[in-house]
Amino acid sequence: MILVVAEHMGGKLAKATLEMVTAARDSGREGPITLLVLGQDVAGIASEAAAVADQVLVGDLPALAQYNPEVWAAAVAQIATEGEASTVLIGGSRSGREYAPRVAVKLDAPYLEDVIKLSAEGDALQAQRYTYLARVTETVQASGPVVVATVKPGGFAPAAAASAAGEQYDIELDLPTPRTEITGKNVEKTSRVALSEAEVIVTGGRGVGSPENFAQYVEGLADNIGAGVGATRAVVDAGWRPYAEQVGQTGKTVQPKAYIALGVSGAVQHLSGMGKSKNIIAINKDAEAPIFKVADYGIVGDVNLIVPALIAASKK
Amino acid sequence: MKILTLVRQVPDAEARVKVSGDRVDLDGTTLVIDGMDEYGVEEALRLREAGGVEEIVALAVGPKKVEDALRTALAMGVDRAIHIETDERFDAVSLSKIVAQIAGSEGSDLILLGGQEADWDSQALGAASAERLGWPQLTWTNELKVEGDTLTGRHDVDDGNEGFKVALPAVVTAQQGLNEPRYPTLPNIMKAKKKELRKDDVGSFGVQPAVEYLGAEIQTRARLNKMIDGKDPQAAAEQLLDLLRNEAKVLA
Repeated sequence: MILVVAEHMGGKLAKATLEMVTAARDSGREGPITLLVLGQDVAGIASEAAAVADQVLVGDLPALAQYNPEVWAAAVAQIATEGEASTVLIGGSRSGREYAPRVAVKLDAPYLEDVIKLSAEGDALQAQRYTYLARVTETVQASGPVVVATVKPGGFAPAAAASAAGEQYDIELDLPTPRTEITGKNVEKTSRVALSEAEVIVTGGRGVGSPENFAQYVEGLADNIGAGVGATRAVVDAGWRPYAEQVGQTGKTVQPKAYIALGVSGAVQHLSGMGKSKNIIAINKDAEAPIFKVADYGIVGDVNLIVPALIAASKK
Repeated sequence: MKILTLVRQVPDAEARVKVSGDRVDLDGTTLVIDGMDEYGVEEALRLREAGGVEEIVALAVGPKKVEDALRTALAMGVDRAIHIETDERFDAVSLSKIVAQIAGSEGSDLILLGGQEADWDSQALGAASAERLGWPQLTWTNELKVEGDTLTGRHDVDDGNEGFKVALPAVVTAQQGLNEPRYPTLPNIMKAKKKELRKDDVGSFGVQPAVEYLGAEIQTRARLNKMIDGKDPQAAAEQLLDLLRNEAKVLA
């Protein structure tokens, strides 16, 4: 089977799961597409998952209420072994890329990381992935009885529902006791659409001028057009915005339909997180800013003058 | 406590990356110690300054020139270095077999390394090494303290950040915000030349790569580069909205 570990948040199946199902269909690997849902009180998520998969395995346990890399790796490796999986697909989220290597080691399997394309080449699984801060596209290949891969968010189109809903099965898991104690968690909540799910993102850089301007212009425009809000590393380092909004090498990687960069210069580390967006729109008063080299639409001008006009005009 | 820091050598972030044939061509490119690994080295030094650290060893696996990155780590203050010289490219899961063997023979209690590699964009080595050693791992760490054999700190997760507490041994991956790495001073650079840089034979570890690299290319997406003059903010805003609605069709 092709084992796909479902990603979910807030009691709903994440878009990343549908993207992984497409990756599974593209991979040309043997066996039914099997979604594995791990968590507590996940019955609703499992039903959602059934619509896109051949079968759904549900681990609905109190021990899975809180994510832990060792627990997740043990669960996935156990199911992959019992089900003789040919392929294990895991989401390329921060947590996915944290426990997937453990799964690969447990299964003695090769690991293809953060892939954007998958295909079968004889017995081998071939993949494309980005390297060198997403400036280079590499083709890699691995073979073996089982191969583990993480799938880059936004790398595949979300799968449409299968012709018939897959069967759901409850599973039993033999889980280790987590050794890491969580001593307090800050969930960075946003009332806006999450960056990983947003079709349009408005991002502000240092060129916006101040935290007050950021709120007024970046958040103002985003709320006006129903977009997610992003920030550059410089803005996060300056304490204007929370880390959860950071886009780039050390933040999130996004690939929206439209990425609107306000007062963003376009450092390599930032481009590595958003350079694959379908449309890039830049407003910056520096005509030489590198962001314009990758922009589809650009305005050379003062963000503080143009964005208010944009907000007013987009209200009409 | 003994700390093992892992060090990679990568192109300077501002360097232009080029591809020749089907390989990334690093000829003439300025190479530096990976900034993320540098946070790990710095953190090891700070933990020692706080007390309780017996020795800090840096490990690098890669071609001859990787010595330079190890010399940088030594100049920052690491006690000694191990270089496993090879031109072979090991994927993280295979490489973790070497890391685990070295951690075992060195009696390491804590492995520090960067959260993501600036060349292969991989986040896997820390986790894979932790699994091989049977150790817990903390990734994307931006705050770290050691008291006795207990690690406490804070790290980023999918939807925010969390405080943690875990007993050593452990693997910790570092990131921006953990510290501000020091610059090696000239006297320390001179001293580093006399520090031990041991060469281990890659063959002695019995490790083969499990991932084959078939090719590399620089795919640039053709961009429209339509520029609008911003002198009249009102007109520029109207024109941009029109293009986004009717040409790009990304706004309603």
